[in-house]
Amino acid sequence: MIPMQLNIKFLIGDAEKFSKIESVKPLEIFSNEACEFLSAVSKKLLAFRNFPDVMTFGFWIRRASTSQMAAAYKNLNRIGRGIIFHIAPSNVPVNFAYSFAAGLMAGNVNIVRVPSNNFPQVEIICSAIEKTLREFPEMAAYVYMVRYGHEREINDLFSGVCDTRVIWGGDATITEIRKSPLKFRANEITFADRYSIAVIQADEYLNAENKNRIAQDFYNATYLNDQNACNSPKIIIWQGAKTDSAREIFWQNLQEIVDREYNLQAVQAVDKLVKFDLLAIDKKTALKKSANNKIIRAEIFDIDAGLMNYAGNSGFFLEYVAQDLTEILPICGGRCQTLSYFGYEISALKNFVNINRPRGIDRIVPFSRTLDFSLNWDGYDLIYSMSRVIAE
Amino acid sequence: MSYEELLTIEPFALAQDEKNSLLLKNLLSLTEFHRANCVAYEKITDAINFRAESVNGVEDLPFLPVRLFKEAELASVLKSEIFKTMTSSGTSGQRVSKIFLDKETSLNQQKTLIKIVSSLTGSARMPMIIIDSPSVLKNRQMFSARGAGILGFSIFGRKSIYALDDDMNLQFDRIAEFVAENSGRKIFLFGFTFMVWKYFYQVLREKNLKLDLSNAVLIHGGGWKKMVEQSVSPAEFRRALNEVCGLNEIFSYYGMVEQTGCIYPECEHGHLHASVFSDVIIRRAEDFSVCKIGERGVVQVVSMLPKSYPGHSLLTEDEGVLLGVDDCPCGRKGKYFQIIGRLANAELRGCSDTYAAEH
Repeated sequence: MIPMQLNIKFLIGDAEKFSKIESVKPLEIFSNEACEFLSAVSKKLLAFRNFPDVMTFGFWIRRASTSQMAAAYKNLNRIGRGIIFHIAPSNVPVNFAYSFAAGLMAGNVNIVRVPSNNFPQVEIICSAIEKTLREFPEMAAYVYMVRYGHEREINDLFSGVCDTRVIWGGDATITEIRKSPLKFRANEITFADRYSIAVIQADEYLNAENKNRIAQDFYNATYLNDQNACNSPKIIIWQGAKTDSAREIFWQNLQEIVDREYNLQAVQAVDKLVKFDLLAIDKKTALKKSANNKIIRAEIFDIDAGLMNYAGNSGFFLEYVAQDLTEILPICGGRCQTLSYFGYEISALKNFVNINRPRGIDRIVPFSRTLDFSLNWDGYDLIYSMSRVIAE
Repeated sequence: MSYEELLTIEPFALAQDEKNSLLLKNLLSLTEFHRANCVAYEKITDAINFRAESVNGVEDLPFLPVRLFKEAELASVLKSEIFKTMTSSGTSGQRVSKIFLDKETSLNQQKTLIKIVSSLTGSARMPMIIIDSPSVLKNRQMFSARGAGILGFSIFGRKSIYALDDDMNLQFDRIAEFVAENSGRKIFLFGFTFMVWKYFYQVLREKNLKLDLSNAVLIHGGGWKKMVEQSVSPAEFRRALNEVCGLNEIFSYYGMVEQTGCIYPECEHGHLHASVFSDVIIRRAEDFSVCKIGERGVVQVVSMLPKSYPGHSLLTEDEGVLLGVDDCPCGRKGKYFQIIGRLANAELRGCSDTYAAEH
């Protein structure tokens, strides 16, 4: 039962239904009913052409896509762990939906704390889910979308009932939510503060024909999230014979897009100046020329483990020319999430990771896929983490 | 020109052209001084490839973001020469600026303040009411902006009392007595804007207490942000104070702990004025180029004063607009401007929340 005094707003689900949440049967992973349901939600979402992030999510949960994802989990005797409590980040509009969909594919009842910000995307997605639930009434027991303030009692309530807790939102949020105890057998998936890095092979870049496309992919991977997402690269590492000319063209191409599409607020410009000065005090660096404050480049001459403490956002790029990729190993520690690349064979980069086995780098993807969500995230297999295996 | 010599110039008498060459020369030599005496400053200016020979005007000089003084300790004198450290009055949990002062810089701050303020109030010392609590000055090692302001302005007081007790209660009887004792003399009131509003004006008004301060002058500054939050405009502030105690002469000023001494007083036309010792440059956020008259931008402040710390050229986080040069109807020469407020906080996208900050 939900105590009366708790101020929870149910966008989907209600307090009465919630009182019976522990008697709901989990589903097998990638169950037909879950995938059909998501597919029906997808059809409604694909109408929202003005919201590319909603569209992308819609594509991700369409039948063809979930079938493809399911193929990687074939013939596994796995069913959902039970109840998943998702805490979505407050400043990314659609992340909550991915977390929810993964929880449902894994066969679970989902309680999702949606962003506190009133993003229109939250409204669009919740409304599509609600309408779809009318066509699939048997799925209603599996979906709770809630909104509430930072109230410890509510965190306690949901944490005490769930079998897996999924915390997005970084170190500060994890610290806060961890004050609420879990059941003894519950597990937890935490998405801590992390950073990402990018490597570009300069000669391959100079040979590439689609430089505008590359610039646009890089723009999407960085500026679309104010370069503030854990998967947005903070440092660009160049290799090759002609790094100087490649860099000039690369940043010039990016500048054109940034000038057209990115709105830099005054306080962000000041923030970047502070970041640069702090970097300059502690590390040898050189400010590279750029047309304006939208792109700030700081050339670095030595890579050490503390370097990424000086990383910035909103278009603040550390830049390093490497003779050998092993030079970047000091920043491939546990906080390093994604290695995005251009101009390399994926096998070469995989090899680099397999040989050196750094504590970090959980993803190796081309620029164009830097922001793509996948069921393997931050080193977790979300399906495995939210389901249990029945051994024979 | 030495700072001593600068102090002989009338604060608002120089036309901008004359002032610019004076500023350029002094600020450039300060830049070189700090490069030679503050390693962090040297590293920063090296990293942006600073070259003195490519500086053609004051606006070409490098500037540090004022927030850097909250994140790093920057001094251009030996530790042993630091005789006081001033801090900004941040609210609890916020980081505060740390400004290191040696005897010379501290003394010059005081002399500069005297020059500027006495051009407003005359040079005679007056009975003074400090609208604050004496507890602000208890810790003499760490000077807060409030403490520094009070001490700085106390020079203009002949005999002074605090209007508030340690618990911020208005000492009405004491004040009334003080006003009576000094009837016929001009009284000088000083306080931080928000303190004056909350602990002086609001208490007088709520308790319906009457004071006659029609022959007094109030100087107040700092913390307009809180006033904006309470939607009190400068005009409303003047009107309200006049209503409860008959105050007519009210001067506000713009200034900051990072450049103490060089305050920018507001004239009778509501314009802030740069004195000969310092100046403002309004910059576009997009590329930090210089704004035209009338164009809003980020405020940079330069001052010929800071020698013990590299704070002679600072980019603030305030938004302002240059209103004109040399032609304010009040007769003061140089630039006059207006502060619009703090730069708005940006709400960044991205997956890491500032969970705690949301409370």
